[in-house]
Amino acid sequence: MTAITDIPRAARRPQIGNPVLRWLRTNLFSSIPNSILSVVLLAILAKGIFSFAQWGIANAVWLTPANDSSACRAVRGVGACWAIIPEKYRFILFGTYPFDEQWRPALSVMLFIALFYLSSRRAFWRRELVYLWIGTLALISALMWGGVFGLGFVSQDRWGGLPVTLILATFGLACGFPLGILVALGRRSKLPAVRSLSVLYVELIRGVPLVSLLFMASVMFPLFMPSGFNIDKLLRAQIAIILFAGAYLAEIIRGGLQAVPSGQYEAADALGLSYWRKHRLIVLPQAIRHVIPPLVNTFIAFFKDTSLVLIIGIFDLLTTAKTAIIDPAWQQFSVEVYIFVAAIYFVFCFAMSRYSRSLEATSAR
Amino acid sequence: MTADHPRPPPRRRFFALGRNELTGLFWQVLVVGVVLGVVAFLWSNTVTNLSARRITTGFAFLGREAGMPISDSLLAYNPRDSYLWAFIVGVANTLRVAVIGIVLATILGTLIGISRLSANWLLSRLAAVYVEALRDIPLLLQLLFWYVLMQALPAARAAFRPVDGVFLSNRGLILPAIPLGPTQLWVLGTAVLGCAAFYLIRRWLIVQQMRDGKPRPAWPFAVGLVLALPAAVSVALGVSWTIEWPALRGFNFVGGLTLAPEYFALLIALVTYTSAFIAEIVRSGIQSVPRGQWDAANALGLRRSFMLRQIILPQALRVIVPPMTSQYLNLTKNSSLAVAIGYQDVVSIANTTLNQTGQAIEAIALIMAVFLTISLGISFFMNWYNSRIALVER
Repeated sequence: MTAITDIPRAARRPQIGNPVLRWLRTNLFSSIPNSILSVVLLAILAKGIFSFAQWGIANAVWLTPANDSSACRAVRGVGACWAIIPEKYRFILFGTYPFDEQWRPALSVMLFIALFYLSSRRAFWRRELVYLWIGTLALISALMWGGVFGLGFVSQDRWGGLPVTLILATFGLACGFPLGILVALGRRSKLPAVRSLSVLYVELIRGVPLVSLLFMASVMFPLFMPSGFNIDKLLRAQIAIILFAGAYLAEIIRGGLQAVPSGQYEAADALGLSYWRKHRLIVLPQAIRHVIPPLVNTFIAFFKDTSLVLIIGIFDLLTTAKTAIIDPAWQQFSVEVYIFVAAIYFVFCFAMSRYSRSLEATSAR
Repeated sequence: MTADHPRPPPRRRFFALGRNELTGLFWQVLVVGVVLGVVAFLWSNTVTNLSARRITTGFAFLGREAGMPISDSLLAYNPRDSYLWAFIVGVANTLRVAVIGIVLATILGTLIGISRLSANWLLSRLAAVYVEALRDIPLLLQLLFWYVLMQALPAARAAFRPVDGVFLSNRGLILPAIPLGPTQLWVLGTAVLGCAAFYLIRRWLIVQQMRDGKPRPAWPFAVGLVLALPAAVSVALGVSWTIEWPALRGFNFVGGLTLAPEYFALLIALVTYTSAFIAEIVRSGIQSVPRGQWDAANALGLRRSFMLRQIILPQALRVIVPPMTSQYLNLTKNSSLAVAIGYQDVVSIANTTLNQTGQAIEAIALIMAVFLTISLGISFFMNWYNSRIALVER
């Protein structure tokens, strides 16, 4: 008699009717409060989508004759001016890079994307990946600077836009990574002087905002150097980002090192491997595999944080966007430009976060 | 046979140390030497450069007149005040946005995190879209976007009035407020003291109940200490609690509480951005409570509110609190982006100081000192809270 309670509820209530209606009943209208909530949300959503479509599609201006924003100004307030994007996209994407040479930054962006794609494949997680990174980054530097293979030289104060954002983030990761490994090893070292220096570095960098590090790089770096010696603003910001990345990566790698079972260390010692060979051959390959998902998440954070170089006046993607709308004719259409740039950032970050989530899901299995 | 093979002479040791200690010492001396060498090199360059630019190091400049305008501040300030006071005003501005931002982001993030787990498909999808969209766009871009929207609002005469007494215009958000003088602060102080006393009494009541098992009601103490006592003080001092309604006079508003557009944009950007991260933390915290705990609580026939408060939340908080600490620290550090839209927080004021006086090292040292202190303060508080709620293993 008691067995009747064991029958699942779904079996007692026969599954009849249209599957769409059934889905609606379970997911939107399961109870009275839920139904009220659904109706209210649907109404808000419909109104939001309707007014956005009216502004962004129906009343929008998509194209205007070059350098003429009168059509846009006519619909100001009621319609979007997407015409600003075809007007300004070359400047937003590539900054002041010589116009006829802009295939070079464009190719660099594609190389970056290819590099990210190959690094994401499990089949490429081998030692050779390091050489691939070094080779690609060297190729990108050659493309951007020129001066070799018959390419004209382009000084880095003319670089701008998306390639600069990608360079700051990728070189930050590529150079911060070895630094992070050294600091992480230092933090776990038995030598007190090495350990306390590592702790000091990590805590100092992580305790202050990136903005103050960037200020330091732009204002104090010239003070630190011998007079007459000066390096470019972009390189100084890159150094600040590398130091910043090193501290955060060190903490992640330290987590990976802690996850390697102590038996692995003891086995390596028993084989008589030296400290460096033990870490290079046995410990680090295992530790890094553990921390790939948090590494991807940190890379997303760096990618977003490079936009802070706007504050010290370096032409990354966000700065070129902000500069594009200084033009008096187009000044009022900054929202459209920001939406365009936000979409670019979103595509990169969303792809990476999806990837990191799929990695977490496969490693949890 | 040993005669044919002379023994190798024993190795001479310089130190009474084993090989491992010697290598260790070598590495430490090397690392410290390199670091000291680099620091000494940079230091000597800096000293030369500073003397070439006729800048004297030291914090003496803090006593000089600042002369910089600060438009929106919590503390009274005028440009004839010293750099030190300008700096303190900046710290107060940073704390004003950080503290309120942390409170609002926690509330909003918790609501969205719970919405993501809702049985209502539409609500949980909307919460997911919110989280994805805000997490994957740089904060600085969002901040500039909100600031542009603020500036595009109508002028004061045509301000939006969502509710009576609330105005939203390009002057910022204007709210009705109760002006706080010293007498009002006395009453509020009594209320805070009452809360503290009630907390101690409640703990004592629980100890008593543990001893003899008799439940003792705590609510009379709550009413007495938290409500009646401040009310009595208020009546005794004759404090007035009239609400000041803002009104439009000419081109601007008088009365009420004004949130300047810079402050309001910064607050919205920080709160919405951080709440997306907090929502994920709250969601994973609640999901980390095993299904069996819900079932067991249901089987005991507990009320839903009691079940959430006594069974689910204490277990979820253990997972939630440590990552929440780092979100609070991030929000505080991110408040330094204020410099991009001209809200004068500590970084912005230090930057102006640096440009006016050339005291780069001192200004940046002060920024670092302020943020390290705030970070340590938050970590200390959260660690204390975490140890309170941590699992008591038996």
